[in-house]
Amino acid sequence: MSEVSFDALPVPAAPARRDIGLKARYRAERRFRLYGLLAVSVGLAFLAVMLVSVVGKGYTAFRQTAVTLPIAFDESVIDPRGRRATDPGVLVRADYPKLAQNALIEKLGIDPGDKAMVRKLKGFLSDGARVQLRDIVMADPSVIGTTRSVEILASANLDSAFKGQIDLAVDEARRKVSDQQVAWMNRLKAEGVMAGRFNIGLFTFGASSRPETSGMGVAIIGSFYMMAIVLLLALPIGVAASIYLEEFARKNRFTDLIEVNINNLAAVPSIVFGLLGLAVFINFMGLPRSASIVGGLVLTLMTLPTIIIATRAALAAVPPSIRSAALGLGASKMQTVFHHVLPLAAPGILTGTIIGLARALGETAPLLLIGMVAFVADRPSTPFDPATALPVQIYMWASEAERAFVERMSGAIIILLIFLMAMNITAIVLRRRFERRW
Amino acid sequence: MNVMTEKSLETAVGAGISQAGGAIKMRADKVTVFYGEKQALFGIDLLVRKNQVTALIGPSGCGKSTFLRCLNRMNDTIEGARVGGTITLDGEDIHDRAIDVVELRARVGMVFQKPNPFPKSIYENVAYGPRIHGLARHKSDIDAIVESSLKRAGLFNEVRDRLHEPGTGLSGGQQQRLCIARAIAVSPEVILMDEPCSALDPIATARIEELIDELRQNYTIVIVTHSMQQAARVSSRTAMFHLGYLVEEGATEKMFTNPDDKRTQDYITGRFG
Repeated sequence: MSEVSFDALPVPAAPARRDIGLKARYRAERRFRLYGLLAVSVGLAFLAVMLVSVVGKGYTAFRQTAVTLPIAFDESVIDPRGRRATDPGVLVRADYPKLAQNALIEKLGIDPGDKAMVRKLKGFLSDGARVQLRDIVMADPSVIGTTRSVEILASANLDSAFKGQIDLAVDEARRKVSDQQVAWMNRLKAEGVMAGRFNIGLFTFGASSRPETSGMGVAIIGSFYMMAIVLLLALPIGVAASIYLEEFARKNRFTDLIEVNINNLAAVPSIVFGLLGLAVFINFMGLPRSASIVGGLVLTLMTLPTIIIATRAALAAVPPSIRSAALGLGASKMQTVFHHVLPLAAPGILTGTIIGLARALGETAPLLLIGMVAFVADRPSTPFDPATALPVQIYMWASEAERAFVERMSGAIIILLIFLMAMNITAIVLRRRFERRW
Repeated sequence: MNVMTEKSLETAVGAGISQAGGAIKMRADKVTVFYGEKQALFGIDLLVRKNQVTALIGPSGCGKSTFLRCLNRMNDTIEGARVGGTITLDGEDIHDRAIDVVELRARVGMVFQKPNPFPKSIYENVAYGPRIHGLARHKSDIDAIVESSLKRAGLFNEVRDRLHEPGTGLSGGQQQRLCIARAIAVSPEVILMDEPCSALDPIATARIEELIDELRQNYTIVIVTHSMQQAARVSSRTAMFHLGYLVEEGATEKMFTNPDDKRTQDYITGRFG
């Protein structure tokens, strides 16, 4: 074949360009993108404001000021009449704060006879020393008569002063720490006896009227019990209901009605579920008030519709060709569902469940109605014991006036947010990992 | 199961039934199908002969796929579908209580229009059927079934080194052969194919057609196809459907050269459809 020159071929003249409104279309597109960007920025700005304010107020809650003192477990203070062998109550009732105070007096070199100075020491150490020292003595009575170095919490006011949160320029009479206390604090700080450390108590203590000895221990355990109950009840019930509705039930008026009702239930305000729980679980079934079992049941009711809707969507998203393939091979309906459809829907189900759980974890209103807003100092050992929950703890601390409680509230919000973020990230990771192509 | 099929095959060949008409494997009698209010099939009478390929042709929406799905009761899975008339497999009514639908589908396998391997490994795809039907107890038995099924489907040499890789990673033609291997792994007697090549390129199509020709030795095949050439190449009997009616049925050669019905003539020559 000879070479063909394309240049030699005739090219028709291009027709006149028509105006098809391209400029206006691109303008509209740019405008729309700008609106979208604005919307995202507004959302991010609010998020940033919230995070900055919460973290700014709350990060100090994770540090706690403590004074390390050589405590002399003086028998004349603990058991002046020597009756502890016959009356074990003596050790319970002993004046333990005095031990801590004596140690501090000695440390600061104050004359024990100087009543005015000794009075100024009041409110320097936390009253939590009473429980702390009592526990040491109760655990090992042989400690009496010896001296041991113990880390005693500073009171909330000194803690705030130590963290620099109290304005010392204010007139002494109008602030909660005296100049003398500040002077002692600085001296102990210089000696390295008084220092900030990680606030373990925030995670272990229960409710307390003193900020320095109050923590979220009870709330964390209560929330954990409730999440476990929700997971154990809502996941199997929700998945079973969804499988039945999606794969087995005939589509008719009745199932339509059920579907509408499930969707409505998902939109019912949570406080209504709280009232339902109060009426059914506490008043009718006689379950204990303030217990995490009741909270867990109420949150289960609340989470069920979310899980059912997510599971049904995940099941419906499995391509019908997979069902046909399995049925065509002679798999029974149930084998088809459990061997093929359910594994493919699992990522969606997991995501829905975790998001439902996260919602339940942050739920406050229904818990107020079933009495989980109580003052619970002891950690619950079973779900039938009184407990509180993380968001309720935040609510309770938010209604306290003292500065130290505000700090703790922000700390609790940070912890709750971390839990929620961890759950949502888990959901995303699971979805990514198990997502399959077909 | 395998052994049994081979034995019955020997007897069949021994009895000399394989020529001309051939033994009747399945028989449809006045089959009607309704989807809700709409009637899709009107009294279809059709014979499916043993170890032959029967092609169902006709324009889109004529009911050939619907009819195919009646043969292993896949229409049962569609809500609102009602099937009337009788269909027999080896003389037994497939709607009879004595035959369970699960058992029927183990005997009458199906290959779908779009390749639909499970999103599992190639091995698991083929092993699934034998496993749920308890055809093999030991792993070595299942291994043997998987290998022989893949060999019969002409796929083994291509995938022997990656049996444990996902079946969805194969090419379209390979996926369809995997689906055929999966169907024959449960040793069915009849294989229904619903436009098995419509999603494939010509080379993969040729490969599947060769395979159908080989499978004919051991299985009875009913195939729905839109390609006249394909029907002419692979089938020995052809049935023409139109608007839910069976127009005519006969030896493929006769249907394509000298059909009795004008509609068949028009369809084959491309005047409608």
